[in-house]
This record gives sequence, structure tokens and C-alpha cells, in this order.
Amino acid sequence: MTTQLEGPATRALPAPEVEEARSTSLLGQVVKIVLLGLVVATAIWGAFPLVENEYWAGLALLLATTAGLLYLYLTPRHIPAKYLVPGTLFLVVFQIFPVLYTASTAFTNFGDGHRGSKAEAITAIQTASVTRVPGSTEYQLKILTRGDVATGPLAFLITDPKTGQVSIGDGAGLKPADAVPPAGYTVLNAGQASARSKEITDFAVPTSTGAIRSSGLSRAYEGKAVRAYDFASDSIRDTTDGKVWKADDAIGSFVAADGDRLAQGWKVGVGFSNFTRVLTDDTIASSFLGTLVWDFLFAIGSTGGTFLLGMFCAIALQSTRMRFRGLYRILMVLPYAMPSFAMLLVWRDMFNTDFGLINNVLGIHVDWLGTPITAQLAVLLVQLWLGYPYMFLVTTGALQAIPAELTDATKVDGAGPFQAFRAIKLPLLLVALTPLLISSFAFNFNNFNAIYLTTEGGPFPADNPNAGATDLLITYTYRLAFGGSGAQYGFAAAISIFIFLIVAVVSGVSFRRTRAQEEVYS
Amino acid sequence: MRIRTAGVIAASMLCLAGVAACGDSKDNDTKGGSAPSAAAASGELVIWADDKRSAALKPFAEKFGKENGVTVKVQAISKDQQTTFLTASQQGSGPDVMVGAHDWIGNLVQNGAIDPVQLTDAQKSGLQPGALKAVTFNSQTYGVPYATENIGLIRNTDLAPTAPATMEDLVAQGKKLVSEKKASEILCLQAGPTGDAYHAYPLYASAGGYLFGTTASGDYDPKDLGVGKPGSVAAFEKLRSLGEKGDGALKRSITPDNSVATFTGKKCAFLVSGPWATADAKKAGIKYDITAVPPFKGAKEATPFLGVQTFYVASKGKNKALAQEFVTNYVTTPELATALYQVDPRPPALTSVLDSVKSNDPDVAKWAEAGKNAIPLPAIPEMAAIWEPFGKAEAAVIGGADAKSTVDAAAKTISAAINK
Repeated sequence: MTTQLEGPATRALPAPEVEEARSTSLLGQVVKIVLLGLVVATAIWGAFPLVENEYWAGLALLLATTAGLLYLYLTPRHIPAKYLVPGTLFLVVFQIFPVLYTASTAFTNFGDGHRGSKAEAITAIQTASVTRVPGSTEYQLKILTRGDVATGPLAFLITDPKTGQVSIGDGAGLKPADAVPPAGYTVLNAGQASARSKEITDFAVPTSTGAIRSSGLSRAYEGKAVRAYDFASDSIRDTTDGKVWKADDAIGSFVAADGDRLAQGWKVGVGFSNFTRVLTDDTIASSFLGTLVWDFLFAIGSTGGTFLLGMFCAIALQSTRMRFRGLYRILMVLPYAMPSFAMLLVWRDMFNTDFGLINNVLGIHVDWLGTPITAQLAVLLVQLWLGYPYMFLVTTGALQAIPAELTDATKVDGAGPFQAFRAIKLPLLLVALTPLLISSFAFNFNNFNAIYLTTEGGPFPADNPNAGATDLLITYTYRLAFGGSGAQYGFAAAISIFIFLIVAVVSGVSFRRTRAQEEVYS
Repeated sequence: MRIRTAGVIAASMLCLAGVAACGDSKDNDTKGGSAPSAAAASGELVIWADDKRSAALKPFAEKFGKENGVTVKVQAISKDQQTTFLTASQQGSGPDVMVGAHDWIGNLVQNGAIDPVQLTDAQKSGLQPGALKAVTFNSQTYGVPYATENIGLIRNTDLAPTAPATMEDLVAQGKKLVSEKKASEILCLQAGPTGDAYHAYPLYASAGGYLFGTTASGDYDPKDLGVGKPGSVAAFEKLRSLGEKGDGALKRSITPDNSVATFTGKKCAFLVSGPWATADAKKAGIKYDITAVPPFKGAKEATPFLGVQTFYVASKGKNKALAQEFVTNYVTTPELATALYQVDPRPPALTSVLDSVKSNDPDVAKWAEAGKNAIPLPAIPEMAAIWEPFGKAEAAVIGGADAKSTVDAAAKTISAAINK
């Protein structure tokens, strides 16, 4: 609204740029202060957990970013940077950071059994080995403190249910209690006790055969940690049979002399072993080539098929002699409007041999998803149905952008409609659509849903449950990384880097060729 | 004007960027920042469960909270509960108590996500032995079970009045119904194009196959793999003879999605499924009976898997003492087990509750009877390596593939995954 009032004045006088800058400054300043305030507020909000978890590098990055932003938008200089920085920040946060994270994960053994740090693994091993001393009593428990309920030193008041003997236990051991509650102690109620949960869980009253620990807030038992970590030798020792598991920092596990490994491991860097595993693993090598070839066929088939059908429909509906064009166009876009996730499952059921719609309607008994060729045909058909409306839409758009004079000119030259299409429209269409075709190819090359929701990669040859006839590289590697032995994020990251390389090379080469094509036709 | 608009855009971008830049620290915030201080003030217990169970748990959680002067929060996790729990506990933003299936135990233990619980002898003896055995891993009890489930044979009593004593008997009855056009399928046992190891297991076990041997302490032994042994080959031969090239009782076209619907649509008289299927049968007005899956003639028992729904104490929880108290001393009470049964009628793990429920609900009694010989679903992490290759081998032999070479290939894949 202020613009309208000022409009004529500024137009009449080109000089007072300065004045305008000043007049915007009040509102602008307020907005700027509020937004920068928000930035500072989020930075402070984000800083606390970083400090608490001692992520100093993260904190330094946060401080540097915030300081940089404040400087940039409080100084009148660096105008281009003011425009560029927000976009760059987005790029870093949403693009570069995930890529770097994936790449760094590829060099670790991160996955099930190797998720946390070594300290966490040791804690888990020791905690898991605490067992009740055989034949020991199950005590009733009350939690006591001397002094303030929130901070005072803890003690256990335990009652032997058989003898009625009441004792106080603390770090020094058990001693008989004179009264309930004993003089000088306060009994914590559940709320107060649960506020000190961690202390209570860690609290143990030493006894001759182990230690009395809490089991919840109302019971205690005499337990003993069977496995203990020895710092000097960096190993875990079992106190009952003396077996020793030595830490192996190369694989992130405790390994015994006989090769036995403890289940709880930790995350370590493994260098290039995830990458070499992709290249040297027999199961991968044996079916890699076949899968790669089918992956290309699938991506080319899906893209090419949908493009041809979509273009055909677009040209047909371009003709002005066609009636009800609007209605056809709406019908055409329908598959595109359906959620593909659900439609893939519907199609899978339609291909069912005994109960599927397709066999029932056609009165045939084809084992669609049971033999390699029919299954491949089936997934391509589904892709065609799901994908051609998109190609129809973009082709319609591109066709409308081609000037009618060009076609008219071919008529004058005596060319038939097909000739005109082939010589004029198609090349122009391709110039406009090739980038879309390439991205469609790249998408279909990794079209996980299309395969996983219809065939799960199958049918599988009886002698190899690893690689199915419709497996793409992505479904195949998903099975390798997450199927057999739990989640292996490190391995999966290494594989995705390989797939990225393949797609990048293919797309790069295609874009290069498109550019050459554009130079010819522009 | 141009400058101003640009300024506003830049400023709003800056605002978004500010949010984005700190977006990654948002996760960290839940890690420690404000949550523990809030918990410290009041004492807070966080329980995660799936949608259904969290609704049932809420009133009891509130009661527990009131009795103990603490706040109890029940949060519904609608999907991928195990992965969500693992990722969250790794980041330090997980719950104190997790409710889930017992076969997660091996994976949760190897990732240090759950703590053992110490049950008293009295509490242990109150539980069904199978349920207690299921939650025992490396000689430790890792959770408190509250309900069990197993598959059995659901039979349309209009079509098949007598329960088959053997698999051969079932196939004969089914074939007769098909030839009389009273049904179109002999048996509804879900397999699908990639197989289903869970539903095939009773037949596999009856014909002499096993998955893992057991160690001296009674735990499953991952070093003794049963797939690939002669017994498993014989079992797959049996599956093959029931398959598409044989009797036609097992078919890949009967999938998890259509098996129950085919039964309730009266196209087959026999359905191998679990307690979840009886609700559909009731809704469809089918007269049914539940019995154990019949064994092959003269063979071993057709033992189904026993699955146990369990309360776990999260090892990275902020309020472990209270979580232990809730899980060991409150979940073992009959009231909670009864309430959870009412939400989702499966046999309760507490023997006393099971007995009282049985009298009012004949289905539960029958399910418990059908699962009398059930063996706990292996909870060792190595079990993850079994599902896919086993299922695919099943699908292949049902389709008519040679049993021996198929089982050998599956065994090779499984042991490669176990020894990776």
C-alpha cells in the first residue's frame, strides 16, 4: 500500500533512491530484527543439547553460522551475498550434508550390532550379564535418603520376606536397621524416587556373593555381573568359566580365541571393505550383470514406452477434428492422479494367477508373476499405465509451444502430415523433452516401489534366492543390505554410491548428447 | 520497491534458513536438552506401543501414574516399531518401556537397546512356560510377556464337519469339496509368489525339518542350521507334493492378501491362519472351528511358531527404575492382561487370566489348545537370515522346482548371511 502512495513520486524523481531506502527502513528494520532474533533464538535453542552432549565441533559450526548470518545482514555491504547465502545454506543442509553423511557411512560398519560406541557396547554387555545369584532371596525394597530428597545420598531399606529381617544397605554393605524408617533417613515416594531413576539403577549394595540391586522401586535382588570389562587388557572376561573376549577395533567386536563373537559390537571405520565387498562377493558378482542389463531394459522400456504412448495420445488429442477433447484429457490424467503406491498393489493382485482380474476377464491361466518373461512384461505394463499420463501432459505442453506456421509451411512445401511430424515436430519435441526423458530414465533406474510392491524382485530361480528376474539394482541391493542379517547401513551406503555413479555416468553422457542435438536444431 | 521486496524475500529466506540450519540440532534437543529436566521435576515414564495397544494401555498407565505420583505418557507408534525404537534409542530419544513382539529380542540385545528384567519365582511360575521361554535369551529374561499367538487350522464347519486328523485327510476332504464344486480351493494357506516361512513352518516341522538346533542351555544355536539337512529336504519334498504340480493344495496364488478373504468367501473349507483371522470369519458369518494344524500321516507333530507380545525395559530410557517397576510389578498383574485381551483377543500369557478368559471365550481356549505344542519363534538375530530364502525356496518347490537343489541354494544363502 505504501508503494502505491510513493509510486508516482519515485517515478518522477529518479534521484531520491536514498530516501526510499530510508522510508523502507522502519518496517524493514523491524522485520530484520525479528528474523535475526529468530535466528539467534534457534541457535541458542540448538546450542544447549550440543553443549550437553559435548559436540564441540557442531557448536563451533553453529556459532560460526549464526555469527556469519548476523554480520551479513547487519552490515550494508555484501549485497550479492545477502541473496546467495540462504540458498547456499539450504544446499548445504539438504544436499551436501546428506551426501557427505552417506559417503562417510560407507566407510564404517554401521548397522545392526554395530550401532553405538564401544563404551555403550561394554555397558550393554555388563548389564546383560547381571544374573540373580542362585538361591538368593527376593527382597522387598524401599529407597531411603539422608538429607534432601532430591540430592541426598541414597540407601536401600530391604526386608527379607521370610524372616522379616530389615536392613539398610549402602555403598559400604548391609547393616541391620533399628526402625522403619531408620533414624535420620527419609523414605522416598515413587515420584521422588523416579526422579532419581538413574542413580537408583546404578546403585548396588555389595555383598559377599555379588551385590544387591533394585528391580524396579519395590523389589531388590542379589545379583552378580558375570562378565566384566578389563581396561588394562581391553577385553571382557566371564567370571564363571574364565573365557576371555578381546576387543578387535578393526571389526568393532569382542572376539574370543575360538572365534566366538559377543553380540554387542560398536561402530568403527572399516576403510574400503564395504566397497571391495560389493566387487568381490560371489553372490553379488554372479548375478550383477544380469540385474544390470534388466535394470537398463526396465528403465529404457518404462521411459520409452510411456513416452511413445503419451506422445501418441497427445498428438491424437491435438487434432481439432476430435470431439470431447477435454473429457478425454481428464480421463487420460486419471492414472496419474491415483497414488501409485496403492495402484501398484492393485495391479499385483490383478496379475494373480487364480484370482486375478486379468486372467479371469481374458479367460486364460497365465502365471504372470511366476515366470521371468511374463513378470517382466507385467511390470513394464504397470509402468506404462502409471507413467504415460505424465508423458501425455508434458508432450501436450511442448506441442502447443511449436508454432503452427511451421506445420503450415510444410504443407506449402507439399509434405504429408507424417512427414511434417517426423521432420519438424518430433525433433523440436525431443529438444524440449529429452531432459525430462533423461530424468525419467534416472528415476526408473532406481524405481524401488515399482518392483518391490509388485513382484518383490521375483520370480526367483529355485537355485538362487538372491536375484530375481525383475530385480533392479536397488531392490537387489536392498535385499543384500537389509534382508539377510539385519540392517547394514555401511554396506548399503557403499552400494548406493555405486548406483549413483552408474546413473550419473548415464545421465551425463545423455545430457552431453542433448546439448549437441540442441545446437543442431536451434 | 524492488529493494524492499528483495529484502523481505531475503529476510524470510533467512528465517527459513535459520530454522533449517538448526534443523539437524532439533533431533539432538530431544536427546537431552529439555526432556530430562522436565522428567526430573515430575518423574515421567514414556511407553511406546502400536496404535491398538496404546489405546488399551492408556487408562492403566494413568492409574499407575496416579498411584505412584508420576506422569505416564503412552505414545502410539503406528509403523516399523522395531526400527523406530532402535533409531530413537540410539539417538537417546527413545521411550522407557517398549511393547513389541518377542522375536525382536536378539536384535535389540545386540544393539544394546533393552535391559534384562528380574522376575520373582512366583511371577515366573504364573506365566505360561512357552511364553516365558520365548522371552529368555542367553539365559536372561528380557521382557514380560502378556499375550501369545500361534497359527492353527480354521475350518468352515458347514463345508467340513469333521476336523481332519492328518494332512492327507485334509487334502482328501478338500479335493472332494472341489470336485463337488462346493469349494474352489483345497486349502487356504498363504504362500504368495515369494513364499511365507511363518505359515509353512508347521508343515515343515511335521515332515521333519527344523530351523536351528538348541544349545545345552536350551537357547537356539545359530551354528546348527537345520535348513539344508536331510530332514529339511524331505520336508520340502512334502511341500512339493502338496504344491501346484502335485495335489494343488498349496498355491503361490494364495497370498497374505487373499487367503482370509478366500476363506470367508467360502471358496475353501480350510484356512491356516492366526487369531487375527477369526474376526473376519465372524464378520462374514461363517461357522467355524479352530484346531491344530494337522500333521502328515505317521509324521511328527505340526508345531506352529509361538509369538509372544512383550513389554521391554529400554536400556537407554531416562527412567529405568520406574520402567522396571512398571514392567516387572505391574504388567504381571491380571487386570492389565485382561484389559489388553479385551482390545485384542489373543491368549493371555498369565495362566490365571487365560483360565478365566477361556470360560467366556471358546475361541481363545481353542487357539491356546491349537498352540499347545507351539515352539517359540527363534529370537536370535540370525533368524533374520532365514525368512526370505526359506520363503522363496518354499514358493519355488510349490511351483514344482526340485526340492534338493532348492533347499541347498537356500541353505547356502542363509549360512552366507549368518557368517558374513
